[in-house]
Amino acid sequence: MTPAPGARARPSPLARAGHYAAEYLPPAALLVALVAGWELWVRAFDTKPYVLPAPSRVWDAFLETRGVLPGHIRTTMAESLLGLFFAALIGVGLAVVIALVPFVRRVLYPLLIVSQTIPMIVLAPLLIVWFGFGMTPKVIVVALVGFFPIVVSTVDGLTNADRELVGLVRSMGARRLAVLRYVMLPSALPGFFAGLKIAAAYAVLGAVIGEYMGGSSGLGLFITRAQTSFRVDRVFVAVVVVALASMALFAAVHIAARLATPWIYVSKSEEGTK
Amino acid sequence: MERNREPGRSVAAALVAARASQTHAPRQPLASTRDHNARTPNNPTQQPTANSRHMTSAIELRHISHAFGGGAVSVLEDVTVTAEPGQFVSLVGPSGCGKSTLLRVLAGLLVPSAGDALVDGQDVRGRPGAVAYMPQKDLLFPWRRALANATVGAEIAGQSKHDARERARALFPRFGLAGFERAWPVQLSGGMRQRLALLRTFLVPRDVLLLDEPFGALDAINRREMHRWLQEVWAADQRTVLFVTHDVEEALVLSDAVYVMTARPGRIQARVDVPFPRPRVPSLVTDPAFVALKAQLLTELDRGMPPA
Ligand SMILES: Nc1ncnc2c1ncn2[C@@H]1O[C@H](COP(=O)(O)OP(=O)(O)OP(=O)(O)O)[C@@H](O)[C@H]1O
Ligand SMILES: [Mg+2]
Repeated sequence: MTPAPGARARPSPLARAGHYAAEYLPPAALLVALVAGWELWVRAFDTKPYVLPAPSRVWDAFLETRGVLPGHIRTTMAESLLGLFFAALIGVGLAVVIALVPFVRRVLYPLLIVSQTIPMIVLAPLLIVWFGFGMTPKVIVVALVGFFPIVVSTVDGLTNADRELVGLVRSMGARRLAVLRYVMLPSALPGFFAGLKIAAAYAVLGAVIGEYMGGSSGLGLFITRAQTSFRVDRVFVAVVVVALASMALFAAVHIAARLATPWIYVSKSEEGTK
Repeated sequence: MERNREPGRSVAAALVAARASQTHAPRQPLASTRDHNARTPNNPTQQPTANSRHMTSAIELRHISHAFGGGAVSVLEDVTVTAEPGQFVSLVGPSGCGKSTLLRVLAGLLVPSAGDALVDGQDVRGRPGAVAYMPQKDLLFPWRRALANATVGAEIAGQSKHDARERARALFPRFGLAGFERAWPVQLSGGMRQRLALLRTFLVPRDVLLLDEPFGALDAINRREMHRWLQEVWAADQRTVLFVTHDVEEALVLSDAVYVMTARPGRIQARVDVPFPRPRVPSLVTDPAFVALKAQLLTELDRGMPPA
């Protein structure tokens, strides 16, 4: 009897620790070296803090603002997540229509590209005029930035679905919607997640730009306040927080992709162990 | 393969049960035109009805011609193939002669340049959904585990997912797939993938099966085992089968009739009836009558090849 898959022995914890160390140690070392170099530079040349604050000073600024930061982070993350949600919803909806109706593709695709050429710094203030200082305009900015990569990569996935597989389900009596459900949508899942990852990487930035133009809470507002009082160290705190938040969002999408498309990771890990 | 397999009866019974519970979705064009009495000629207790004398053929390809590339490459020329309800009919022919193309016509996926294609008397040109079709490639769904792959056809036909999975699970051991219910297709061997594709085709609730070289990826031992299994199941529920193969012996062991095709452009070189009684035993292949018929088929195949 052949052993069933899944009964494979997992690598020992020690081996896995070694694997992670090999993967994450070099980038971590590089980061530490850069921060140390930056600190040394500032101290050696006595750079003014409003020009370039030392990492140690940024850390102090972080400790000062520890109390107010979580509130701002919550606002920005809520806007980012909501925006991403709508970006995914609209993105997939548009992708399905574009993939199924050639006429819509011809009409809509150029328009979508145009929508991406409008600079956000022009659009964001307008959105605030239209929708007020609440969360709405920020969510719209995030969705506008995020839906495009989702549409493009999902359309790719839908239209590149295996034609022979489409033929097979049609031979089983599947009509257009069933073909979509049984073949096209599952084929598009990996592409959808690729687009969602790009959208996630830009989502926090989109929300911050929206807040920057006006609002009552959020990291964008935090940055505005820091700038008007020449607290460059606090601006740096916000920059680091935005970077970490973006990475967290990206990682969350990555995990979601792993859970939603497990078959892709099966083939990869099998090849990896050979 | 599993040594300790279930007795064939119960497997066959499971498949009959699977078909009994089939829901005839409204889009299935043949549900109303069925003549069920005509489909059980082996059942002596059933009286033939008036209908059965004028019964329509299960499969009828009439004067099919096809050319790809806007008429540039002629692939099929005036091909006529008929299978009566419950018959097992094979197509043999050299590679590239258009066997798969012919099946695609019957599956409704390809409209031929000329000719008629009927399944149970209904025109199927460009109208998929009338048959259970197993393409030459296994075409498993990468995103479905093995068990879920087996039940796709049943699900699309509107059968209960749960019931379909239970029926498929019961058949896994017989297909040498025991223990692999939760495996992804990439984790299966070529032969396992093909057996899974065959199982999936059997679970499509249609009365006509089109099998395109279903045993192409199997070794000789596995093949014989599948031949035995296929005969058993076919005898139990008497679906019409159109079977494509390169293997003349395989065609003879399984079929009621064998069509021999010429090299491209494919034409019908000969139709040979296979009279051996069923169930056919493995020793049949050494029977002089069998050997003679095999020689005849091989001669016809040679005649259909272009002059060297
Ligand atoms: N979609 C297509 N477009 C153009 N030519 C095609 C197409 N499909 C098949 N052909 C050609 O038609 C011919 C017959 O192909 P087909 O697949 O039906 O052969 P076959 O008899 O099944 O061969 P094999 O035994 O190798 O599977 C081949 O020469 C092939 O190149
Ligand atoms: Mg073929």
